[in-house]
Amino acid sequence: MKTISSGTITEVVSRLCHQANYYLPEDVLRALEHAYTREESERAREIIEQIRENARIAAHKEMALCQDTGIAEIFVTMGSGVSVTGSTLSEAIQEGVARGYTTGFLRTSMVCDPLRRVNTGDNTPATITIDIVAGDELSITILPKGGGTENASVVTMMAPNTGMEGLMDCVVETVKTKGMNACPPLIIGVGVGGSFSTVAGLAKKALLRPIGSPAIDDYYATIEKRVLSAINALGIGPMGLGGVTTALAVHIQPAPCHIASLPVAVNMQCHCMRRLTEVI
Amino acid sequence: MISIQIPDINNNISTLRAGDQVLLSGTLFTARDAAHIRLAELIAGNKPLPMDLAGAVIYYCGPCPAKPGEPIGSCGPTTASRMDPFTPVMLSQGIIAMIGKGPRSPATVAAIQQHGAVYFAATGGIAALLAGKVITSTLIAFGDLGPEAIYRLEVKNFPLLVAIDSQGNNIYDTKR
Repeated sequence: MKTISSGTITEVVSRLCHQANYYLPEDVLRALEHAYTREESERAREIIEQIRENARIAAHKEMALCQDTGIAEIFVTMGSGVSVTGSTLSEAIQEGVARGYTTGFLRTSMVCDPLRRVNTGDNTPATITIDIVAGDELSITILPKGGGTENASVVTMMAPNTGMEGLMDCVVETVKTKGMNACPPLIIGVGVGGSFSTVAGLAKKALLRPIGSPAIDDYYATIEKRVLSAINALGIGPMGLGGVTTALAVHIQPAPCHIASLPVAVNMQCHCMRRLTEVI
Repeated sequence: MISIQIPDINNNISTLRAGDQVLLSGTLFTARDAAHIRLAELIAGNKPLPMDLAGAVIYYCGPCPAKPGEPIGSCGPTTASRMDPFTPVMLSQGIIAMIGKGPRSPATVAAIQQHGAVYFAATGGIAALLAGKVITSTLIAFGDLGPEAIYRLEVKNFPLLVAIDSQGNNIYDTKR
């Protein structure tokens, strides 16, 4: 049994809030560089260059890449041999988010009630997803998720007989109608299967895969390629102002589902794809 | 690239065309969802407003807090279409320009044309770069809203694209 104090977890989460919001991941920077070389439209190239310059400024000044520092989405993979002492795992994470956002000059974007809308002042509560696995490691990932990208995301229950073509049409149509407001170039997380309540989580977890890594299952890797080509043929382009780079990647995460159902979720992610993991 | 000082913008508006790149300098007022609700309530109640909207440029933005010694934190645009329902009343109060990101509704495009105003698009997600174009930032109203409060910003060479011009030309329709 490995013992980890809640104070250590709070410290790690606070640091992840800072670092994730200041530094764009290497795979995202590489994808943007590739998009820049491939883009034909002058305006699209200028926008991609602004995005890259912004990443340089944010890293140099240690300030937020985007003013929408997001809802703090926290993904925990916890070994069954790990024991947390002090406060609970969830309490330790929430405290880390509160500390990270208030000490890191990050915007607090959470309201305590969806209709009465009073800002909580420290960006809590974070959303927390916990998976228990074998081993004695505690892995914590943060995905600061902007509101505009969530607003452009959908969950739909399709008929099973629509199949692969139906899934592809659904993703492309969602990007066509809602993608412009989600700050393209996009990364598109797709969940397929599971249930109404879990499919959105699959789509979000699909975003955690590094850009450029294909799906483990070749069948889905092929679909990802086809959907990405179809999306980039739409001509929406960076910031919806035209170009061949509407999306940098499409990641599909499947799961078993009911014989009557084909749940599909499309979770949009802007070019400011912030994610960071630390293993304790 | 066209450089514009905000007090002179009235002389320039009719000449700006969708697709023009602009470096804007002068005074902006931030206002996003919650601030628009409050402004609309004050206007409906004939109550005094926290700033003169005649000739004002509204920036749809909720900035990050400023680090010590800095005027402002990261401060990029938010999605403009959420402010569409409030835009006719803001235009009737005399605002001359809006800055945000993404397309506007057909009714908003028509209102912009009717009032001879302009909608500028800023690049979303380049908030650290844009913070470097802000000289000063002052809280004007609704401090209880936190990042959704109204701030007066003095900006220099703020990089923008004319997205909808005073003739109703719309870059989101014509780009392809």
